[in-house]
Amino acid sequence: MVPQDLRYTRDHEWVRLAGDLATVGVTKFAADQLGDIVFVELPAVGASVAAFATFGVVESVKAVSDLFSPLSGVVTEVNPALAGQPELVNSDPYGEGWMVRLKVADSAQLADLLDPAAYDQLIAEV
Amino acid sequence: MTEPPLEVAIHATPLLDRHRALGARMTTFSGWEMPLQYRGILEEHRAVRERAGLFDLSHMGELFVEGPDAGEALSAALVSEPPRLAVGRAQYSMICAPNGGILDDLIVYRLAEERFLVVANAGNTPLVSDLLAQRIAPHRAILDDRSLAMALCAIQGPRSIEIVAPLANLDVASIHYYGIAEGVVAGIPALVARTGYTGEDGFEIFVETARAGELWDALWSAGRAHGLAAVGLGARDTLRLEAGMPLYGNDLDPGVNPFEANLGRVVRLDKPIDFVGREALRRIAENGPARLLVGLTMTGRGIARHGYPVFAGERATGVVTSGTLSPTLGRAIAMAYVAPGEAEPGTIVAVEIRAARVAAEVVPLPFYRRPR
Repeated sequence: MVPQDLRYTRDHEWVRLAGDLATVGVTKFAADQLGDIVFVELPAVGASVAAFATFGVVESVKAVSDLFSPLSGVVTEVNPALAGQPELVNSDPYGEGWMVRLKVADSAQLADLLDPAAYDQLIAEV
Repeated sequence: MTEPPLEVAIHATPLLDRHRALGARMTTFSGWEMPLQYRGILEEHRAVRERAGLFDLSHMGELFVEGPDAGEALSAALVSEPPRLAVGRAQYSMICAPNGGILDDLIVYRLAEERFLVVANAGNTPLVSDLLAQRIAPHRAILDDRSLAMALCAIQGPRSIEIVAPLANLDVASIHYYGIAEGVVAGIPALVARTGYTGEDGFEIFVETARAGELWDALWSAGRAHGLAAVGLGARDTLRLEAGMPLYGNDLDPGVNPFEANLGRVVRLDKPIDFVGREALRRIAENGPARLLVGLTMTGRGIARHGYPVFAGERATGVVTSGTLSPTLGRAIAMAYVAPGEAEPGTIVAVEIRAARVAAEVVPLPFYRRPR
C-alpha cells in the first residue's frame, strides 16, 4: 500500500499538498526500479515548473531518468541533502528523500493525478 | 521517470531459477535474459572489490577451433598471433573487417597444440562464428561452436582463490593470470581460466550447460563463508569501466579500429601470415589514428553517459562511450573518443550534459588498479 495522503503521477512522482505548498518526490516503486540513486539534478529556487513537464533528472548507477512535475508552480525550496546524499531517495523516498517544494498556482490540478488506490493498481500492473 | 526500451530475449540462461530464487531483477542483454542486479549494483560492486562475486556469463560465446593448422587459421582470422601462445595460456584479441573496423573483441585460449577456445561477446557470437568458419576454411582446422552447449560462471575478487581451490582437483593457484587448465570442479569436468572483466583476481569456469546449475550451487555454497555475492550485469559494467576495459557495443564497434581504441599493442602487423584487415591497419598505424579512446574524470558536477558530446573549448572533439559514477572512487568517470591533440592526460575538456558544459580531465587508464 502506498501512502494514503499523497497523489501520484503515472510517471511515479508523488505530491503532498498543504495549502498552496506542494512537496514532490518519487515513489518507493520508482526508487526500487531505478536501483542505487547516485545523482539528482533539481531546478533552481524561483524556477517555474509546469504540470507533467520535466523539472529535473534522477540518475542511478546505470540510467538517467527525467522527473515530471505533478503540478504547476514556482520552486520555493529544493532538498539540499540530495546533493551529498542522493541515496536518501532510495532509503526514505516519501520523507528525507523529497525533492522540491512548489508554490502551487492552481490546486484544482490535483484532480488530474492518481489517488492512492489508482496508483496502487498502476504499479500492480507493471 | 521514463521507461527503458524493450528488447526481446531469445535465450534464457540455464541458471534462471537460481537468479529468481535470489531475487534478481532480470534484463535482456544481447538476446539473453540475464540478471541485471540482485541486492543492488553498489553492494555487488563492493563485494567484488572487497571479497568475491559470482557471475553467470552463460551468454558468452564459446568457439572451439581444432586441427593441425588451428593456430595459423586463427592467426589469419584475427589481429593477434595465437600460434605464439604456449599451451595453457590466453591472449586478448580482436576480429576485424577488411577496413580494420573491430567486429568483436575476444579472448583466445590455447587448450592444446592443436586446440583453441575463442570466447566472443554474446551479441556478436553468431557473426564471429560465421566469419571464423569462413576465414579458417582454407586451413586444416575446423570450428565447433559450442556457445549454447557450454555455460560460464565467473568468480572474481580477492577471495576467489580461497573459494575455488577446495572445489578443484587441480592446483588453481598455479594457473597464471591469462592462463587456463582443464580439470574437475565440484565433480564437474571444467575449463578453469584465470581471466575476468573486473580488474580483480579471479576465475572463469566453463562447463557443459547441463551442469551449470551444479557448478553455481557448489560455488555459492563454498563462497558463503567468504562473503560471496551474486553479481549481475549492472555491477559487471561498473567493475569493467573502473578497470579501464572497453565494452563492445559501447566503446568498440565496427566504426572503430584497434589503434583508435588504444588496443594497437594487440595487432601483430608483422606476423608471418596475412590476416583480414592487415593492409588497412598498417595504413592506420603509419598515419596515426584519427581519434583516441581516453579516460575522463568529471571535475564538474554531473555524470557523463554514452553518446554525450565532448568539447575542447568551443570545438567538438569527440563523444563519451561509457560513463558512470565510480563506486570505488566516489566520482564520475567515463571513457570517450577525442581528437589525438586532446588525448594527453591532464588535458581539460568539457562534456555536454543536458545542454550544460561540465568540466572533465583526461586521465590515464585504468581508473582502478587492485592492490597487490
